[in-house]
Parts: sequence; structure tokens; C-alpha cells
Amino acid sequence: MSTNQQNCETCPVHNAGNLRRLGIDMSNYDFVVALAGNPNTGKSTVFNNLTGLKQHTGNWPGKTVARAEGGFEYNNKKFKLVDLPGTYSLLSTSTDEEVARDFILFGQPDVTVIVADATRLERNLNLVLQILEITDRAILCLNLMDEAERHQIKIDDRMLSKDLGIPVIPTVARYKKGMSELLAAVFEIINGKFVCKPYRLKSKSKELNFAVEKLTGKILEEFPDLPNAKWVALRLLEGDQSIIEAIRNGDLGKIYSVERSKTEIDAAV
Amino acid sequence: MEIKNKIKNRESILSTANNLRWEVGENLHDTLIESIYSNASAIAKRSVTLPAQKEAINWEKRLDKILTSRYLGFPIMFLILGIVFWVTVEGANIPSSLLASLFLDTIHPLLKSLSESIGLPFWLDGVLIDGAYLAMAWVVSVMLPPMAIFFPLFTLLEDFGYLPRVSFNMDSLYRKVGAHGKQALTMAMGFGCNAAGIVATRVIDSPREKLIAIITNNFSLCNGRWPTQILIAVIFIGSAAPAYLAGIVSAAAVVLIAVLGIVFSLLVSWGLSNSILRGEASAFSLELPPYRPPRILQTLYTSLIDRTIFVLWRAIIFAIPAGIVIWLVGNIVIGGETLADLFINWINPFAFILGLNGVILLAYIIAIPANEIVIPTILMLTVMNLGLAGVGEGAGVMFELDSIAATEDILVAGGWTLLTGVNLMLFSLLHNPCSTTIYTIYKETDSLKWTLVSTFLPVLMGLTVTFFVTQIWRIFSR
Repeated sequence: MSTNQQNCETCPVHNAGNLRRLGIDMSNYDFVVALAGNPNTGKSTVFNNLTGLKQHTGNWPGKTVARAEGGFEYNNKKFKLVDLPGTYSLLSTSTDEEVARDFILFGQPDVTVIVADATRLERNLNLVLQILEITDRAILCLNLMDEAERHQIKIDDRMLSKDLGIPVIPTVARYKKGMSELLAAVFEIINGKFVCKPYRLKSKSKELNFAVEKLTGKILEEFPDLPNAKWVALRLLEGDQSIIEAIRNGDLGKIYSVERSKTEIDAAV
Repeated sequence: MEIKNKIKNRESILSTANNLRWEVGENLHDTLIESIYSNASAIAKRSVTLPAQKEAINWEKRLDKILTSRYLGFPIMFLILGIVFWVTVEGANIPSSLLASLFLDTIHPLLKSLSESIGLPFWLDGVLIDGAYLAMAWVVSVMLPPMAIFFPLFTLLEDFGYLPRVSFNMDSLYRKVGAHGKQALTMAMGFGCNAAGIVATRVIDSPREKLIAIITNNFSLCNGRWPTQILIAVIFIGSAAPAYLAGIVSAAAVVLIAVLGIVFSLLVSWGLSNSILRGEASAFSLELPPYRPPRILQTLYTSLIDRTIFVLWRAIIFAIPAGIVIWLVGNIVIGGETLADLFINWINPFAFILGLNGVILLAYIIAIPANEIVIPTILMLTVMNLGLAGVGEGAGVMFELDSIAATEDILVAGGWTLLTGVNLMLFSLLHNPCSTTIYTIYKETDSLKWTLVSTFLPVLMGLTVTFFVTQIWRIFSR
């Protein structure tokens, strides 16, 4: 009996018992976790599961237009969880995409959980790959697994994890399945047990590869701690005005947060 | 010195980027997107196994074909809305009168005798118990039952995935009038709360189209206005029909007003995009999410907590100060007349032209903070203005009536006719947004001018529409 229990305690899943939902209490957090992903994949549902908050969820894209924030405690560490608006890419200029992009880029979350729709994995991977260009600590939360099963879609999550170089956790957020595994994965990245080796885009264009390499070098000279210099280089080549501004005024190096938080919406409603 | 160096370094990054941009060529964006897609597809191929044979013809596709069909799409939409309202109208009566008798026949006298026994001064007793408490009690007993039925039904539809199909149906209409297709989504959110709908316009990229969406959002009937519509429809329109049809007719009237709101939002969008906000509609892609089996229990829970209690709480918060204001305008006397009577008598001739009355207009001014309290304010002011004996407890007492029939008696005694009912429903659709929404519009547009336009345009339209309806009505009923 007692040995059994000891075994339990060494298993990361057991620690789900250590989850304490803190709602909007985000004081003195130790780590920041961001939730990103395509629209309507269940980010807000995951958010609600972990924080105990009741961010409005609904079966339609575009529910979350600004950032929502909440807190939870896990293994005696306090986390701030940030629910980002759903986006299809990080390359265009609409407000919701900018909110998501700026947060991952400048907010420097400790872990970015990318929530993907398992029934539309290929399309969701387009965003996943873009996010992996920006950050090197990410988890793929393969949500809506029940629907994938219903459509007889099978996903080899270990193969996927190997290819992407990040943990891949199958979940059914609506029924709270896989949440403890997700938390365990977050924790493993934070304490260094899992070291991500994120997949980086490979382009066939030699000119592009050369240009990116050269520019990346220059950027790193000025901002040596930047984890996503290659992505910044790409954006510069594309002439992204907000990135050009961020370089000009030096914001690129600073911890930066977008001031459009959940509280604003609450006040409005 | 160091700062200067830094700035130099930064500028040199930018100039390097500029030079390299020439070398890479113009199709960088396409090259990049292409490599993202091909990489994604390669990864997906390795780990995803699709079903061996395509599922015969799946029911989801069939259902989509029907729900978004060119001919059936709109009739189905009206039918579903109609059923939702019919269930709401039919189901809300009994719990409503139960709550009313609890709050008014039982608790109110108790509070009165309590205040007497501790010797509260008459004005404090009036402000707190006859003003604030009664306002609150009215809101709870009249609004809670319909909301507790309407919101779960609406949330079930939303959870199932029906709303994006509505947007899909509406999209082509919005594009035809020069607005953004996503306006259909923000409009749908407005049916819950206009302030939320206006925040949701952030999904629209073009400032021109965003402004149109903001200005027209008020034409979506919000939570606070549904109960008004339902009550007036039951009293004046349902009762004009044979008894066995009353429920269906009143539900149909409410649907008609909601649809009229959509028509107005299209018309105004068209007008704006052909005048002060001229421009082409931009394209976008709307993803139809898969149908998901609604989680009944959770939906009941969240719609009760998130929406019903939330809206109710807001109504109560605003009802308290409004109750106090009502009590004050009913009791402050200048030259032998109360403030309320002065205003009502002064504006009555104007209101008559609109087929409304001074009480309604005063109520809409008092109720700017929240649409939820329009009806209780109207009832209270009517009784006060008429000096009806036997109902209410004196000047400025907002009271509850045990049944819808009693409400009808009051209104009829106040000179209300079917025309007044129709005009009130129209005016409830077409008037200024509540103060929360106005504030939200200001924050989203960051412009006083557009805030004023969004505020006064609907009022002007409401006055115009009720004016014409009344004049035409009077010509034909002569």
C-alpha cells in the first residue's frame, strides 16, 4: 500500500492533484505561460480548465479578441496564464494577430502552449511552425482528439513530438482530458527535464537563406540575448513596420507587454 | 556616447535589411509562405493517418448544405429564433408571478414594517425600500425567468455551432452593402450585449469597416431589451390575436423586431459606405467550425452564471440608483408640480406626434445606464403621473404587478393603445445605446465625433420611424 503510494508520487501525472486554480489572482507569479493557436481550437477552454475562470467559450472563431489572463498554482509554483486571440498566422497585420505575436515575441513567456485542432492538423501546423520560429520553449496541445477519433483520424503523437522537437500532448479540453499531462509537460520544460529542440523552417531559396543568416548575425550583435533573431531578420526583410520600430527604439530587447488585458473587456461589458 | 553607438548600430541593422531586401527579391513573402506550407505538409504526412475511405456522405456536410442553403437558410434562421422566443414567452409566466408574489407580497410588507419599527425617516424609507428595493425586486421577478430560459437555449445553439452558419448566411448581404463580412459575427455578439459586440469589432482590420460595424451594432437587440420586447409583445400584440395563437403571435412579433434590426443595420451600413465612409468591402475567410454536441449541463450552468446572473446583477446595480432618481423626481415639488410631472406635461405634445407619451421619453432618459430598467420606470412613472389609487404605495414608488394582466391595466389606464405598444417596441430597437456601450464606443474609436454619431443616429432614426408609423397608422384608422 505504502509503496504503491510512493510510486504515485514520483509520477508527474499524480501532481495534477497539486493544481490550485487561482482565478484572477496573478500576484507574485514565478512563470508565465501563453496559450496560442488557431481560432476555435479550444484555447479558452484550456484556459478555463487551468485557472478556474469562466472566460466565455463558444463554438465559433474569434471569441477572444484581446488577451485574457489568469493564474494557477502547480507544484507550489505560481503561474500566470495568458490566453491569446486565435490566429491563422503571425505574418499579417490585424490587431488580434499583433496581440498574439507581440506577446510571444516581446512578452517572453516561459512556455508557450500551442493549442491545435487534431482534425485539421496540417493547417494548424502552419501556425505551429511560425511560433516555433519565435520561441524555443513550446508545447503542442493536440486538442479535440475525440473529434479526430470520430472522424477516424489517427495521429502518431510521438512521431510528431520527435519531428517538432517539443512535447505533444493529446487532449480533450471540453471534457478536461489530458490536462494533468499538459501541466506535467509545462513543468518539465520549466525545470529543464525536457529540452525543446524546435523544428526550424527550411527554405529552398539560397538567396533567402544567405540574407537571413547575414541579418541574424547583425541583429545578435546588438541584441545578444534575443532567442528569435532569425524570425526578426525575416520580418525585417519583409519590411514589417512594427519590428522596424522595435529595433529603432530598442524595445526588442526589453520585456514588453501589451496593455490590452482582460480587465479592459470586463470594464467594457 | 554609448547611446549614440547603440542608435548607430540599430540603424545599420535596418540599412542592411534594406539592402538585402533587394537581393532577396519581391516574392519573399510568397517564398516564405510556401516553405511554411510545404514544411507543415511534410510533417503532417509522417504522423497523421486519415481514414482509409472517405466517410460516405457525412451528416455534417448535409446539415451545412441545408442550414446555409440559399433558399432555406433564412427561413430556418427565422424559425429557430421564433421557437426560442415562443418557448421563452410561454415558459416565463408562471415563475414570474411566483417570484413577484414572494418579493412584493411577502418581503416588501416585511421590510416596511421593519423600517417602521426602527423608526426610519420617511424619505430614507422611500428611497431605500420604495425606490431601490422595489426596483430591484421588479427586475428580478420580471427578468429572471425569461433570461433563465432564453440564454441557455441561445447558448446551446452557440455551442452547437449554429452562429457561424448565421454569419455565413449574412456575409453576402453585408458585403453587398459595402461592409465587412465579419460584421455578421459582431452583430451576433451584439444580440447578447452591444458593449461586447463593439469590443468584438477588433477582428475587423479596416478602420472604415470597423466604424460601420460599431455604429450599426446598436441595431442588434441586446439582453436588456429582449425582456421589454417580450413583455410588450405579449401585452399588446399577443392579446390582439385569438387566445390560442397569442404565444405564437407575440413570439413572431419579437422575431420581426429582431429582423427589422438586422434590416436597419444593413440599410445604415449601406448608407454609411456610400456617404461618409465610402469604400470597397474587403475580403476575408470565415471558417465554419465543426458541429459539436452541446454539453447540456455545462451549458445550463455557464449560461445561468455567466449570462443570466451577470445581466441580472447589472440590472440590479443600475436599478438601485434609478429607483432613487425616480423617487426623487416623483417627490421634489416645484411650483406645486413634481419634477416628473413638469417634464412629462411639457414633452407630451411632442411625444403624441410620435405615438409615444411623455412617460416613455422620460423613462428612456432615466434608464440611459441600463435598458433593463426601462419598463419598471415606465410603470412607476405612469402610476405616479395618473395618480392611480389602489396601486403602488404613493408618489415615486416603483412597484411590481402580480400578473401581466395587471401591468396591462396600468398601461391602458395611462392611455396606451396597440399603437403605443408597437412604437415602444420600435423605439426600444432604435434609441441611443446604454451608457456602458457609449463608453465602450468611445474607447474603441477614440473619437468624440464617432461616439456622438453612434449615439444620436439611432435616436434620430427612432424618432423618424415612430413618427411615420404613427402618422400612417392614424390616417388608416380614422
